[in-house]
Amino acid sequence: MHLPITPFRTKKTTNKHQPRSNKYISSPFFTPALSLSLNSHSHSRSPHSHTQTMRGGGLLLSVTRRLSRHFATDSAPLKKTPLYDFHVANGGKMVPFAGWSMPIQYADSIMDSTVNCRANGGLFDVAHMCGLSLYGRDSVPFLETLVIADLAGLKPGTGSLTVFTNENGGAIDDSVVTKVKDDHIYLVVNAGCRDKDLAHIGAHLESFKKKGGDVSWHIHDERALLALQGPLAAPTLQFLTKDDLSTMYFGEFKMLDINGFACYLTRTGYTGEDGFEISVPAENAVDLAKAILEKSEGKVRLTGLGARDSLRLEAGLCLYGNDMEQHITPVEAGLSWAIGKRRKAEGGFLGAQVILKQLEEGPKIRRVGFFSQGPPARSHSEIADASGEKIGEVTSGGFSPCLKKNIAMGYVKSGLHKPGTEAKILVRGKPYDAVVTKMPFVPTKYYKPPK
Amino acid sequence: MASRVLWASRAASYLRISTFNRAFSTVLKDLKYNDTHEWVKVDGDSATVGITDHAQDHLGDVVYVELPEVGSTVAQGANFGAVESVKATSDIISPVSGEIVEVNDELSNSPGLVNASPYENGWIIKVKLNDAAELDSLMDSDKYTKFCEEEDAKH
Repeated sequence: MHLPITPFRTKKTTNKHQPRSNKYISSPFFTPALSLSLNSHSHSRSPHSHTQTMRGGGLLLSVTRRLSRHFATDSAPLKKTPLYDFHVANGGKMVPFAGWSMPIQYADSIMDSTVNCRANGGLFDVAHMCGLSLYGRDSVPFLETLVIADLAGLKPGTGSLTVFTNENGGAIDDSVVTKVKDDHIYLVVNAGCRDKDLAHIGAHLESFKKKGGDVSWHIHDERALLALQGPLAAPTLQFLTKDDLSTMYFGEFKMLDINGFACYLTRTGYTGEDGFEISVPAENAVDLAKAILEKSEGKVRLTGLGARDSLRLEAGLCLYGNDMEQHITPVEAGLSWAIGKRRKAEGGFLGAQVILKQLEEGPKIRRVGFFSQGPPARSHSEIADASGEKIGEVTSGGFSPCLKKNIAMGYVKSGLHKPGTEAKILVRGKPYDAVVTKMPFVPTKYYKPPK
Repeated sequence: MASRVLWASRAASYLRISTFNRAFSTVLKDLKYNDTHEWVKVDGDSATVGITDHAQDHLGDVVYVELPEVGSTVAQGANFGAVESVKATSDIISPVSGEIVEVNDELSNSPGLVNASPYENGWIIKVKLNDAAELDSLMDSDKYTKFCEEEDAKH
């Protein structure tokens, strides 16, 4: 077998590696545009048919491919977060991810790390993600032209998951957006979509301003984002701040001092656990990370991208680039709840006509969860009905460290999406039993106000 | 990790194994190895095949092993099954050619045996060898140890 010793760029030269089938190119579920975007990475792979003697690629290759499709594969040096040296000093195994050098795991295994996050807590370096602010009287109306959220209706100091849409109603990116005040919006977008998103927002900002709109933006490259998740997140963080965290609920935002540093705090995350994302001045990031780990007496552990992916999959959360793409609408992705009620009536965001039509008629495909037998289903595995006819495709899958079974997410034809529907998932050409399952796979523990 | 080194070096002379420090992986002296990290133990014209300690260490927790059918044939250099970890799948490539006479069904219930005991209880298939001369193209334990060091140093 080929071992995960190397950032995959050196694997490019070996012809032992044959990538998985590109059968999905001809799938009714994915347009040619998708297959282009999925193959757009400069890691040169030509489509190979799935033969019996196909050799697996390097493991690390498979890992990074499953985590993200946005690698820097040319010789551009990888970007480093303020915590890079800290990761290495703490046993972090660094891998390329979306143009950054990020820790995929530390000394503990991905399984142990995932389980520990839910039992105690995990601290994640997510400084590769892009935080930005919109300022000005027209911040809300401006951003509402680009996202599906009802920003006007958000209480100041609260936020939500939202989706940036394109003219076809497809997803450009997903993002956690917060209305700090009526004239300040704070949002975080995916690292792999940074350039695309900033170009998109920037272009629309320019034309909005030309029409007299009062809005400007600032990209928070002077800040670093950390995620602290798990049952010990709040108790640990409480040691480091005077503000009472017990009255700060899921989705809420505060600017406050943590460990003496001026932070933006959002009670949100990507694991399904209670937790926070902390935006800290970049020069204070290491000290804050150290303080959090110390206050937890080692129970909160540095946790890498490998565990982060297992955690979000267990929580039923989409990974942009896998479960959401340019041609998939929020309705198909099961995110209709994120479309504000007023927005459903009024539209006013890119692709609204497509999305509103899907809301009325129902989408043709839907994102669902699966439990399956046999080997874990991986992204691009075909989903078939009992008679062997293709009904969909897996977009994310793996072995759940907490449930100790295979879990997967994918899209199936509407009508076959109800929980309990039996299907087959093809792994390496062989069908294995699968059943549609409600998500989240692991119950979420978001900190919500008492009823 | 330290206790593992201690165990390894204490056991070294008794079990006739060599240890190398880098990843605390063990390499057994009596086995042969290919460059894709599988081992073979030969006994007459019968051979047992598995993946090395080095391989399981890099793979992480094995959650599933896809086993071939008894009675099917394997060819040296061709894949015959797969090992799945939490995050990735890796093909197992046979170091020898022959007919598969036995597969380790225990791995269906306990795929973790590959991690815990890669050379003993984590064996994967038993093969009736076609051509003993194939073994000459494999590495001995010293060569394999060096091979691993070089591979790791490159990256």
